[in-house]
Amino acid sequence: MARLVARRGRWFIILPPLLFLFVFFLIPFAFALKISFGEAALRIPPFTDLFGRGADGHLHWQASLANYRYLLTDDVYVVAVLYSLRTAFFATLMCLMVGYPMAYAMARATKSTQNILMMVIILPFWTSFLLRVYALESIIRDNGLLNAVLLQLGLIDHPLRMMHTTFAIYLGIVYSYLPFMVLPLYATLEKLDRTLLEAASDLGGRPWRAFFDVTLPLSMPGVIAGSMLVFIPAIGEYVIPALLGGPDNLMIGRVLWDEFFGNHDWPVASAVAIAFLVLLAGPIAIHQYYQVRQVEY
Amino acid sequence: MDRRMPISLITVLCLGIAFLYVPILVLIGYSFNASALGSVWGGFSTHWYSALLEDAQIRKAAVLSLEIAFASSTAALLLGSLASIALVRFSKFRGRFLLAGMINAPLVMPEIITGITQLLLFVSMLQLIGWPSRGVTTVILSHVAFCAAYVSVTVQSRLQSADITLEEAAMDLGATRLRAFLDVTLPIIAPALISSWLLSFTLSLDDLVISSFVSGPRASTLPMVIYSKVKLGVSPDVNAMASLIIAGVGCCVIVASVLMRRAERARAAQA
Repeated sequence: MARLVARRGRWFIILPPLLFLFVFFLIPFAFALKISFGEAALRIPPFTDLFGRGADGHLHWQASLANYRYLLTDDVYVVAVLYSLRTAFFATLMCLMVGYPMAYAMARATKSTQNILMMVIILPFWTSFLLRVYALESIIRDNGLLNAVLLQLGLIDHPLRMMHTTFAIYLGIVYSYLPFMVLPLYATLEKLDRTLLEAASDLGGRPWRAFFDVTLPLSMPGVIAGSMLVFIPAIGEYVIPALLGGPDNLMIGRVLWDEFFGNHDWPVASAVAIAFLVLLAGPIAIHQYYQVRQVEY
Repeated sequence: MDRRMPISLITVLCLGIAFLYVPILVLIGYSFNASALGSVWGGFSTHWYSALLEDAQIRKAAVLSLEIAFASSTAALLLGSLASIALVRFSKFRGRFLLAGMINAPLVMPEIITGITQLLLFVSMLQLIGWPSRGVTTVILSHVAFCAAYVSVTVQSRLQSADITLEEAAMDLGATRLRAFLDVTLPIIAPALISSWLLSFTLSLDDLVISSFVSGPRASTLPMVIYSKVKLGVSPDVNAMASLIIAGVGCCVIVASVLMRRAERARAAQA
C-alpha cells in the first residue's frame, strides 16, 4: 500500500516538467509544421487556416507543399544552408584546435589551479553573449583597436578590413563558443587514466605517439560533445552574422529572421524552420544519444 | 600534477584566456572614453554612465528584463529540479524518454527555431483560448523552457553524486521520504540549485533571439533595446551599459562561487 502511494506520488514530481515542456516546447513544433502547409494572408495572425468552413458550410481542409517547393526553387535558401553548414563546420574545427590544447593544459594543472582555471573559462560564458559579440566588434572594426595597434606598429599601412567578412564570423563563433568546447574536453581529459600514458612511455612510445595512440582516442567523447555544442548552435546563429557579417554572409538564421520580420511570410518561415530542423536531426540525435546515455549511468 | 607542465602548454593556456578576456577589458576601457569616436582616446570620463542613468528607455527595459529573469529563473529552477529528480531517482516510468529528450533538447536547439515555433504556439493559443497575449508572459514562458534545461543538467550531475544510502539510512531511522530528502539530499544539492538559478537568471537577462520573436510591442527587453542601438551604429552609452552588466554579473558569480566553496569546505570538515 505504502509502495503504491509512493509510486503514485512520483507523478507529482514527473508531471509538472513533463507537461510544461510538452505544451511549451514540443507542441510548438506541431504548430510550425501545420502552419508551414498554409499560405500567407493579410490578416492576424498572417496565415491561412488549414481547416475552415467553405462557402457551402462544409468543413474542408487545405494543405499545400508550395512553401517547401519554394524553398527548393529559390536559391537563397539552399545557398544559405550550405554556407551555414560550411561556416559552422570550419568554426567548430577552429574551436577544437584552440580549445583542445587549452583543455589539455588545464587537465594537467594542479587541483587548486584547475578550480581557478575552470572559473576563468566559465566566467565569460556567464557574461552577456550579445555584449561579447559587440565587444569583438569594437576591436576588429576598421577604426578599431586591432587596426590602430597594427598601424602604430607599422605592420600595415592602411586598416585591414575584418568586419563584415567571413573571417569576422569565424572569429565571433570561436570567441563566443570556446567555453562550450573547452569544458567537455577538460571533463574527459581530466578523468583520463594517466597510468595508460605512463605504460605507453614505459613501452618506449614517444610522447607524440602516446598522445595520438592513447590520449586522443580516449578523449573522443569529449571531442564529440564539445563539437556538437559548438556546431549545432553555430549553424543557426543569428547575432554573430547579423552584427559581424556582411550582406554576403547569409546564414540560415539570418534568412529566417528576415523572412519573419522583413517579409512577414510566416508560412515560409515555418517551412524554413521545419526543413532546418530536419537537417539538424542527425547532429541533435548524436548529442541527445550521448546526453541521455550519460543520465542512464 | 605529476610532472612540470611544459612551457608550451602554459603559453597556449595564457593565450586562450587572453583571447577570452581582452575584448571585454577593451570594452570596459572604451566606456570611460570621453570621445564618442570608437578608437580615438579623448580622455577619461564617466559621461556615458550618467547619460545612461538619464535614458528612460534603457531604465525601463532594464527593470523589465530583471523582472522577467527573476520570474523565469525561479520557475525554471523548480521545473528543472523536479525533472532531474525524476530522471536520476526514478529508474523507469512512462514518459521517461520523452522527458529526458525534451529537457535536454533546448541545450542544442538553435534559438531561432525555438523562438519561431513558440511564437506560432502563442499566436495559435491566443486565437483558440484567448491566452497568452504577447508580452511579458510569453517571454517568461519561453525563458522557463530553455532555462529548465540548464538547471536540469547541473542538478542531475550533482544528484548522481549524492549518496542515496544516506537518505535510506534516514528513512530507516523513521524519517518520511520527503523529510529524508529535505534534510539529507537537499543540503548536498544546494550548491547546484544556487548556481543553476544564477545561470538561468543571466541567460534570461541576456536572451535576444527568443525574446524578439515571442515578445509583444510594449515589452522590449534590455537586449532588444541594446541590439537596436548597436545596429544603428557606434553608441558609446552601450559600452557603459555593457561594462555595468559584465561587472555586475562577474562580481555576483565570483562572490557566489567563493561563498559556496567555503560552505562546501565547512561541510566537508564537519563530516
